[in-house]
Amino acid sequence: MSEAVRVAIIGSGPAGLSAAARAAQLGLSHVLLEKTDHLSDTIFKYQKGKHVMATPARLDLRSDCRFDEGSREAILGIWDEDAAANKVTVAYRAEVVEVTGEKGAFHIRTASGDTIVAEHIVLAIGTQGNPNRLRCPGNDLPHIIYQVDDPEDFRDRHITVVGSGDAGIENALGVAEEALENRVTILNRSKDFARAKAKNVSDLMEAGENGAIDIRTETQPKIVEPGWLTLETPTGDERIECDVIVARLGSVAPRAFVESMGIEFTGPDREAFPKLSPTFETTVPGIYVIGALAGYPLIKHCMNQGYDVVEFINGNNALTPADEKNLATIFANLPQQKTVGEWLDHLRVRVRIFADVSPLQMREFMLDSKLAYYPAGEVVFEKDEPGSSLFAIADGHALVEVAPGVTVPIEQGSIFGEVGLISGRKRGATIRAGEDSIFVEVSRTAALKLMGAVPGAKRVIERISLERQLLQIFKGGLRVEDLAPVIDGAEVIRVSAGKPVVVEGDAGDDVYVVRSGSMVVEKHIGGRPIFLRYLPAGSYFGEMAVLSGEKRNATVKAAVGSEVIKLTGAGFKAMLAARSQVRAATEAAVAERAAMNGFIESRKTSYTSAVDLYSDTASFIMKEGLGEATDALLIDENLCVGCDNCEKACADSHEGLSRLDREAGRTFAHLHVPTSCRHCEHPHCMADCPPNVIHRGPDGEVYMEDGCIGCGNCMRNCPYGVIRMESTPPPKPGLLSWLLLGRGPGPGEPSPQWTKANMPEGKKPKKIAVKCDMCKGIAGGPACVRACPTGAAIRVSPEEFLSVARLEEDAD
Amino acid sequence: MATLFRRRAQRTHVERVRHRRHEGFLRYANFRWAKISGMLCLLIVASYALVDVTPRPNGGSWYGYTLGTIGAALILWLTALGYRKRRMTSDYWSLKAWTSAHVYLGLSLIVIGTWHTGFQLGWNVHTLTWALMMLVILSGLYGVIVYATLPAVLSNNREQMTQMQMLEAIRAFDRQLHAAAQPLTAEDTAPVLAALDEDPFAGGIRARLTGRYPRCATAAALRALAGSHAADAEARGKVVGLLRQKEAALARLRRHLRLRALLEIWVYVHVPLSFALIVALSAHIVSVFFYW
Ligand SMILES: Cc1cc2nc3c(=O)[nH]c(=O)nc-3n(C[C@H](O)[C@H](O)[C@H](O)COP(=O)(O)OP(=O)(O)OC[C@H]3O[C@@H](n4cnc5c(N)ncnc54)[C@H](O)[C@@H]3O)c2cc1C
Ligand code: HEM
Ligand code: HEM
Ligand code: SF4
Ligand code: SF4
Ligand code: SF4
Repeated sequence: MSEAVRVAIIGSGPAGLSAAARAAQLGLSHVLLEKTDHLSDTIFKYQKGKHVMATPARLDLRSDCRFDEGSREAILGIWDEDAAANKVTVAYRAEVVEVTGEKGAFHIRTASGDTIVAEHIVLAIGTQGNPNRLRCPGNDLPHIIYQVDDPEDFRDRHITVVGSGDAGIENALGVAEEALENRVTILNRSKDFARAKAKNVSDLMEAGENGAIDIRTETQPKIVEPGWLTLETPTGDERIECDVIVARLGSVAPRAFVESMGIEFTGPDREAFPKLSPTFETTVPGIYVIGALAGYPLIKHCMNQGYDVVEFINGNNALTPADEKNLATIFANLPQQKTVGEWLDHLRVRVRIFADVSPLQMREFMLDSKLAYYPAGEVVFEKDEPGSSLFAIADGHALVEVAPGVTVPIEQGSIFGEVGLISGRKRGATIRAGEDSIFVEVSRTAALKLMGAVPGAKRVIERISLERQLLQIFKGGLRVEDLAPVIDGAEVIRVSAGKPVVVEGDAGDDVYVVRSGSMVVEKHIGGRPIFLRYLPAGSYFGEMAVLSGEKRNATVKAAVGSEVIKLTGAGFKAMLAARSQVRAATEAAVAERAAMNGFIESRKTSYTSAVDLYSDTASFIMKEGLGEATDALLIDENLCVGCDNCEKACADSHEGLSRLDREAGRTFAHLHVPTSCRHCEHPHCMADCPPNVIHRGPDGEVYMEDGCIGCGNCMRNCPYGVIRMESTPPPKPGLLSWLLLGRGPGPGEPSPQWTKANMPEGKKPKKIAVKCDMCKGIAGGPACVRACPTGAAIRVSPEEFLSVARLEEDAD
Repeated sequence: MATLFRRRAQRTHVERVRHRRHEGFLRYANFRWAKISGMLCLLIVASYALVDVTPRPNGGSWYGYTLGTIGAALILWLTALGYRKRRMTSDYWSLKAWTSAHVYLGLSLIVIGTWHTGFQLGWNVHTLTWALMMLVILSGLYGVIVYATLPAVLSNNREQMTQMQMLEAIRAFDRQLHAAAQPLTAEDTAPVLAALDEDPFAGGIRARLTGRYPRCATAAALRALAGSHAADAEARGKVVGLLRQKEAALARLRRHLRLRALLEIWVYVHVPLSFALIVALSAHIVSVFFYW
């Protein structure tokens, strides 16, 4: 056992490398432990030639290693040089498997059995984790790989892909490309491909039908031998030729490993991070966590933290964080003058949801937030405006306009705008500043991160949201006090797509509020379920049975994965009893719904086919996942002449790239759902964007602002396959010079060949995420719809499209 | 609105015109342009009967000039559709509304143009102008008919497949055929290989429009194998099965291409004739001023 080092850094990504370089510069004894045989494995594994971006641009880099945007190869090359120049001590192939001991003498054991003793540990292992390995005999053979860098590397081989998630399917499709002449088999342990995106599954099935991929379900590898693979199939063992095995079995997140050292996380959710002090110290003194593992996925943040953490370990407590300047600008335009530190403390003391937030987290949230001064009476936002950020009241108070001229105050320390957080839909009421006030506006993503990381904040936000949502729904003089009986017994229930919440004919008097997602209401008429209504988030159901005391008269099931809030019938009745106006309003709503049901039922006898078509169209739309859409492109194939002018118009209004694929997608009764963004209520694409550039805009559009780093996470996360990774083609000659002189490629997206031939010298194409932005900022509205010569293309929300008015017109 | 994106939002928060339903160009705004165009025609027919032009109604009278000028202006505007369709300006307009107006106002030219002539048709450049105009209108009418009838057929035929996928499917059968044909006798292999070499897009414009491919190598291979008595019956059966599947896939693609061609081909008549019309019209106008 060698002598103890001052600091051992585990993981040589941008965070760990920068930390090691700082340690070397400060002359601290150190070692950088890296699992693989090269530095920075995450970046090493990027696609060849990937353009790495250095966002956020406004943040200065503070590190002994260089970093600027450039190709993956250039950056890795520079880091190798910098590691050498700084005389960093690196131990390659040193996968840390266990950490014991305590501050001053940690014992770090590696997979090869070595032990390193260190006074401090900086954990910078990122979030990639370890791929799950094959478990059958022969699993250590070298022809088993866990990632496909470039499908072109494989030609004329027998390839078996094990794993049925998106990664496996994408790899299989990649190597099955006809020109490569591989013979590809994919193995799936279960019957279907439930874990993968619908788009990938349909592409795979098609490749299966075409004979490009041999799909083997309920099959697993049994024995791996060079050149051969024995399969365990439902009909017995089978031996197939196999030169390469691609195993895509998911990966183990590093969390368990981190927790095994005794480090606590902020909560049980997937979004949780290790609990950290302002100096990145974990709950285990002497162990520090930085980089992606600490919740900072951008390379620049990682590198700055590497520098800072070693300074802290070295006792430099006067160091101001590199983001100080950025924070200062956030506080600059306020009437009071305070230092950044004072402001942060001020907010943590005064705002309830920030009470449990650590100073470090507070800095992070403020960077994604805005602090603004509102003079008394100024409108913060208006009713029906789309918007999803959350506001907290630091000073003063806000006034909610519940009815024209009627306002209700929200006190200092509380929040507003929380509805957008949960449902991502329009603002429910106009809000003004009640006096000269200071409000903090937190973007939806930052707020969700806050809720994931700080359980206390989550509890406060959820309670307030429920109160407000109920006040919204049951207007008419209801007050927070009246809600107590309902809210105390309320329960949030998650319902997966297609599962019923209420079944026709059952007894029950609970009332449900759709908190997120959406529901469809169906009733058995004439022997089959008939679609009655679509309920978007914010609606309620189940109230008919409470009022009438009868059995449920329709089935309500989730159109997409949803959350409903269950209110007990007794509590609901107590609330109605307390406020007669509420009772009257609820009765009126019930009467209206009953009338509509009656209408559809009466039509069913006389216009069976129209009602059936309406109902079948509704189920098709729900099956296509449009239940979670807020605005989707629908094409009527009775009208579409296939001119693709929609695609051309989209490309010509957006840097030459089309954001829709007209021909692809499903069709039912001539209603076609092309591949184009639906502006989901809860956009899956937003979930994991390192620079956080995906937002919901003022018209409800989900769009990307500048700063995409091209990581492709959003593309993988979108279940509808509507995001492309593309580089902007060069500008083309104007329309007239094409019409008159035939110059340029003409309207629409230029062919890849043209783009390649016309790319200006020296300009590196940067592939970034490209998706529909609902023609944000274009006064005329969606170009695809405007450019359709026959009126086949429309953009609608499901509730607009499935209105009963449609049925009335069809039946007439 | 005071959100994170306050400034930008104010600028771009626009009134979006939404149409809840699919409303085709023919029905647009409850047949607005059909009504306008119909009224215009009625007005012309009625005024023609009422207004007493001396010596007789003719393109050269003040009445004739008026109709002629309206007609010529309309023709230029109708031609501008090709530009509007491709110029993606950001202000509010809808190509559907333009097409609707184009179709109905275009039809009104039958009345405007014909009544302008005072029914004096002969063998001259003037009548050439009129004839070209009528041809453009006729081709347009054909276009409207195919636009109204073929999309549904196109949609049914493709059954959610894209053109690329149809091609892919054919290629996949080719690959399987290639393997399956190995055990066949040389005699039987030849027609199969010919079928593999076939380019699904070949066949020329005639075949494209009629959907008939008399020299289809896949069909020929099927015939040849059906008549073959070579000793490779089992392998042949497999190949025949694959050829049938390929034939079905080819038939779908060919129907697809045919429908697309029918939806497009008329524009190649409509537009060149429009330009010929403008040339003839210019000649007509120059000549009438010249001989005046
Ligand atoms: C496809 C893609 C594109 C991206 N593009 C960009 C971009 O353009 N710009 C940008 O700013 N960010 C980008 N990111 C994000 C960025 O790459 C990561 O967030 C960043 O690399 C995280 O750095 P890190 O140092 O925290 O961890 P990592 O870079 O993940 O490094 C962790 C290191 O630790 C090692 N390790 C793990 N476990 C152990 C162990 N037990 N013992 C020893 N060593 C271990 C690993 O081998 C690895 O080398 C992208 C991410 C992806 C996936
Ligand atoms: C819609 C487009 C037009 C068509 C199809 C058209 C067609 C005709 C025809 C067929 C005639 C009858 C020729 C004859 O007498 O044998 C005619 C006459 C005439 N047109 Fe037009 N015309 C058009 C537009 C115009 C315009 C824009 C003008 C003037 C600016 C014009 C001026 C005349 C005149 C002056 C005559 C009378 C010539 C004569 O009597 O010899 N026309 N036109
Ligand atoms: C003299 C009169 C007319 C002229 C000069 C004219 C000219 C044109 C032009 C230039 C286009 C653009 C084609 C393209 O670029 O794609 C067009 C399209 C079209 N025209 Fe006409 N046209 C005339 C009359 C008519 C009439 C009478 C009809 C119908 C009854 C008609 C129906 C159409 C249709 C359906 C289109 C296709 C629209 C689209 O797909 O974008 N036209 N016409
Ligand atoms: S990109 Fe995909 S996930 Fe994101 S809003 Fe659009 S459809 Fe939804
Ligand atoms: S927009 Fe998409 S590709 Fe771009 S950085 Fe965000 S998640 Fe990655
Ligand atoms: S709304 Fe605009 S950005 Fe979206 S698909 Fe249509 S044209 Fe493209």
